Amino acid sequence: MSRVALRSFIQAAGGGARPLWWGRFWKNPLAVWGLGIVGTLAIVALLAEWLVPYDPQAIDTWHILEPPSADHWLGTDVLGRDCLSRLIFGARISLLVGLVAVGLATAIGTGLGAAAGFYGGWLDVFIMRLVDVMLCFPTIFLIMAVIAFLEPSIWNIMAVIGLTGWMGVARLVRAEFLTLREREFVMAARISGASNARIVFSHILPNAAAPILVAATLGVGGAILTESALSFLGIGVQPPDPSWGNMLTEGKDNLAIAWWLSVFPGLAILFTVLGYNLLGEGLRDALDPRIRSG
Amino acid sequence: MPTPPSLFQRLSVLAQAFQSVMSYLTRRLAALVPTFFGITVISFMVMHLAPGEPMSLQADFNPKMTPEMRERLRAQYGLDQPLYVQYWQWLKGLAVLDLGRSFAPDRRPVWEKIRERLPVTLLINALSIGLILLVAIPLGVAAAVRHNSLFDQAATVTVFVFYAAPAFWVALLLMLFFGVHLGWLPISGLQSLVGFETMPWWSKMADRALHLVLPVGVSALGGLAGMSRYTRASMLEVLRQDYITTARAKGLPERAVVYRHALRNALLPLITILGLSLPGLIGGSVIFESLFAIPGIGQLMWSSVMARDYPVLMGNLVIVSVLTLLGNLLADIGYALADPRIRTGQQGE
Repeated sequence: MSRVALRSFIQAAGGGARPLWWGRFWKNPLAVWGLGIVGTLAIVALLAEWLVPYDPQAIDTWHILEPPSADHWLGTDVLGRDCLSRLIFGARISLLVGLVAVGLATAIGTGLGAAAGFYGGWLDVFIMRLVDVMLCFPTIFLIMAVIAFLEPSIWNIMAVIGLTGWMGVARLVRAEFLTLREREFVMAARISGASNARIVFSHILPNAAAPILVAATLGVGGAILTESALSFLGIGVQPPDPSWGNMLTEGKDNLAIAWWLSVFPGLAILFTVLGYNLLGEGLRDALDPRIRSG
Repeated sequence: MPTPPSLFQRLSVLAQAFQSVMSYLTRRLAALVPTFFGITVISFMVMHLAPGEPMSLQADFNPKMTPEMRERLRAQYGLDQPLYVQYWQWLKGLAVLDLGRSFAPDRRPVWEKIRERLPVTLLINALSIGLILLVAIPLGVAAAVRHNSLFDQAATVTVFVFYAAPAFWVALLLMLFFGVHLGWLPISGLQSLVGFETMPWWSKMADRALHLVLPVGVSALGGLAGMSRYTRASMLEVLRQDYITTARAKGLPERAVVYRHALRNALLPLITILGLSLPGLIGGSVIFESLFAIPGIGQLMWSSVMARDYPVLMGNLVIVSVLTLLGNLLADIGYALADPRIRTGQQGE
């Protein structure tokens, strides 16, 4: 993206009309809560090494399955590892998977949606048919089928979640392109001899930035949920790396004797997803008052 | 006063409605063909373009495997043929529900494995759809009618929280509370392991029902949040319309306005939403079936992933997505029957 394009992208996302959407965003308490949760989590994930009271992998056979106490705020697991430390490092993995997977899905969805909406014709028919087909697969079945043949590494998980989650963005971007390409400013750009690439990247795409940003933010929550479900099923992030999902697997195995193993990782997922959803809804309400959910 | 329509007039209106619904459905059915084709292509590609051949697990771990034997095995499964030939063979099999044989030691036909597990999954999904509709629609309507009231806000917050909660975690907590702590509900299987055979039939029914409470409840949770949210939004949209104001101005009681005039129109888009939420519901089966040890299609999927049993994987994938496709078709039929614009052949699209 050129510098001009980048500037207009920022403007479209609200830079130009800062007082308006910025004010609307901060007036919405739920949106601010969402931003607070997301921001706190980002800091926790970045500073994990300095925040943890214990080494998350350190096995301590003298303190196995201890309930929450002053020494171990969230208790210890079957190997005597500190649950709080594992939870903090788990934040890093969950956020990384969520953000990278959504980044990939957004890139694919934007590319295909833009191509379909801009060129139309058989390309549009083909891409939209592909979207219909992909939407017929229960995502988790598709992901599992692919994962069965891959090493269950964190990078593969991100790639697979991203590759199976782009359809919503593609539909959205296509719809935006269909309306935007008929607008006067696109006509004007075309008449003044702008190339297709220039029209797409510096005229249409920046104007579609707001809904893409909203969809991506809402998508992060979904991706984190998917990752945790896969890790819970034992086909996502593999132990000993701590992920909130595989920590819950341990919780399930010790359900009757160690409630803390089941409760806290789930709460962490809940708050993270809630944070991204609130932030996404808040951004939507602030950026596009037309589709306010009321 | 206009004269009441004659029997003939009524019949011709009915016939016309039937005709328009049929023409709508024919177009929808025609659109299914390429989608079905796409499903088969993607299912096939997922398995065959994945790194590592489907055979490699069997071959790599067998120390006695010689290159010749490997070739023979490949030929036996048709893996030495070009991809399009393999695809065509597989598609021909699919047409008669011959999905090959499982790689598992029992070597049973894949379709047989799927068929015996499908009813449980479908039953649980049907029950949870029923539960979703039963709870979500009244909840959404109540929230919309009392827009911005304390009730509405409480419902909104609750829905947001449930929407963000991982279903398997909620399931764990419910198991912990109702199963372990209170001991009220069974947390695994479809029936009691001990003594089920000797129970009288009514106890058998009760036993089965008790075993279904948690799985159905859990699988409904996610959809519940979404559905009540959509009902609320749809109701709010309709309640803003002019004809609702007209109905109120005529002096109709609020109950009649809400339930007879508004709800009917507000429910229309929900049929489509329900169709779209099917993949998510069926996908959820993987999680709650493995959690509650229910022998359904989700558990089959999970165990075949673990065993890299690729004929079962591929069969599962294609069957489940075709089911979703059929579910969407049912939603379309429901929509066509419910929407007077389609019934009278005046749809806009």
